[in-house]
Amino acid sequence: MTPILRVADVSRRFGGYLALKNVSCEIAPGHIHALIGPNGAGKTTLFNIISGTLRPTAGRIVFEDEDYAGRRPDTISVMGIARNFQQVRLVRGLSIVENVMIGCHARIERGMLGNLAAFFGAGGAEAAARSKARDMLDFVGLSHKLQTRPDELTLADQRRLEIARALASEPRLLLLDEPAAGMNPAELVEITALLRKIKSYGVTTLLVEHHMQLIMSIADSITVLSAGSVIADGPPSAIQHDPEVIAAYLGQSDEPALDP
Amino acid sequence: MLGSYWESVTIFMGINCLMAVSLYIPMSAGLISLGQGGFMAIGAYLCAVLTKADVPFLPALAAGGCAAAIAGAVVGTPALRIRGIYVMILTLGFGEIVRVFFANFEPTGGASGMGGIRPLTTLWQVVAADGLALLLLWRIRHVRFGRAMIAIHEDDLAAETMGINLTRTKLLSFSLGALIAGIAGGFYAHQALFIDANQFDFSRSAIVFLYVILGGVANPFGPFVGAAIVTLLPEMLRFVQDWRMTVFGIALMVMAIWRPDGLLPAPRLRQR
Repeated sequence: MTPILRVADVSRRFGGYLALKNVSCEIAPGHIHALIGPNGAGKTTLFNIISGTLRPTAGRIVFEDEDYAGRRPDTISVMGIARNFQQVRLVRGLSIVENVMIGCHARIERGMLGNLAAFFGAGGAEAAARSKARDMLDFVGLSHKLQTRPDELTLADQRRLEIARALASEPRLLLLDEPAAGMNPAELVEITALLRKIKSYGVTTLLVEHHMQLIMSIADSITVLSAGSVIADGPPSAIQHDPEVIAAYLGQSDEPALDP
Repeated sequence: MLGSYWESVTIFMGINCLMAVSLYIPMSAGLISLGQGGFMAIGAYLCAVLTKADVPFLPALAAGGCAAAIAGAVVGTPALRIRGIYVMILTLGFGEIVRVFFANFEPTGGASGMGGIRPLTTLWQVVAADGLALLLLWRIRHVRFGRAMIAIHEDDLAAETMGINLTRTKLLSFSLGALIAGIAGGFYAHQALFIDANQFDFSRSAIVFLYVILGGVANPFGPFVGAAIVTLLPEMLRFVQDWRMTVFGIALMVMAIWRPDGLLPAPRLRQR
């Protein structure tokens, strides 16, 4: 099966610091692919390179046979890749539905006439975007909170709103940066169900997460980064017992565990 | 209907409201301009030159607006690479360039200004233009371009990630603002009947900035309320005679302390 996303020999340098060293990995279509690793392993750097907010120093990123390294984030979004943010970034000046409509931005029909019609409240495309935004909110389970202001939502609901906004851009690849961070057990169950539901619609997900239980229960494949390099790649069962992964997370037995 | 004095005051107030809207639009996309006086000057001079050449008023007005919009696109292009306070410096520089240009450009009178402009501006035209501008601000969030501006203003990285083209949206908002300033300039020239470069200096741009800040940057009525108050208050304070600008200044300082977000609050978000 051809991968939906292929990262080939990607390196990223920040001044004298090499954050990613020749990272290569592939994401199969339809999978929930997890990207894990200890703090400082380069997960967020790789995530930002894939979503286009950072440029790689070297290497290629190929989405559906198209190398898009170095393109602007808005073009990448139009290609079919959407993301959320670890620190939630919602537009406080817009309502919840309008926030999701921002995600529809590139999919709303342009053109003078359509915009004029929307301006006078008779827009077909605009009304379609609004109803699509409502559908997305319903999909993530926020349809009962439409009257709330975005910044009055709980953190878990804000994350859901961001996922709805990302889905509104009709992505084929969804990039999620720690969607479960700071969630309580009940919310964790809900986000797990939501991720499964997204998968059932055929959307591929790249998941950066710290919550191992969540990853092991839903990921189809896992890439493990440590100190800027890929140290393991495979299904959860293989990763769980990989000695190098265990060493990266827990430290080597010949090193003192609590070195001052 | 109104006495000629109050009719004149109302027209200038309406023109100032247009100027406030011309700044409010790029500000909604996070671009603060201190050069709106420059766009106003371009509209005023071109419109006046055209009506002197017997072009009807409304086409001349439109031409002045379009010329200002083109200037807006030219100034806006470098402004996209920089942000915040540097956009203010760049636009301030632009405003000065325009002023100095007209002060030295002899075909439009140079430093001695341009007189003999016909009184073509009517109250109803200005009221209609303001009505359109208000409708524009009121409805802008219901158009994808308007929502994109709001998103960029709050968080341009997130906006870009959602597929919004920053360059196009910012440039369009800047040009749209310049268009409105150019039209306001055309109205101004045919109401003042005499224009010279110093009428469009930095203090003009600065007071337009004041209209928007005073009225409230998060409310579509804000620029209108701000412009109306700043225009009318000095007129109403005539009874304190020589002290009126002092009283006005104190009123502004009190405002800055008690209502730093402007007089009008952000509208409560309603869901439809």
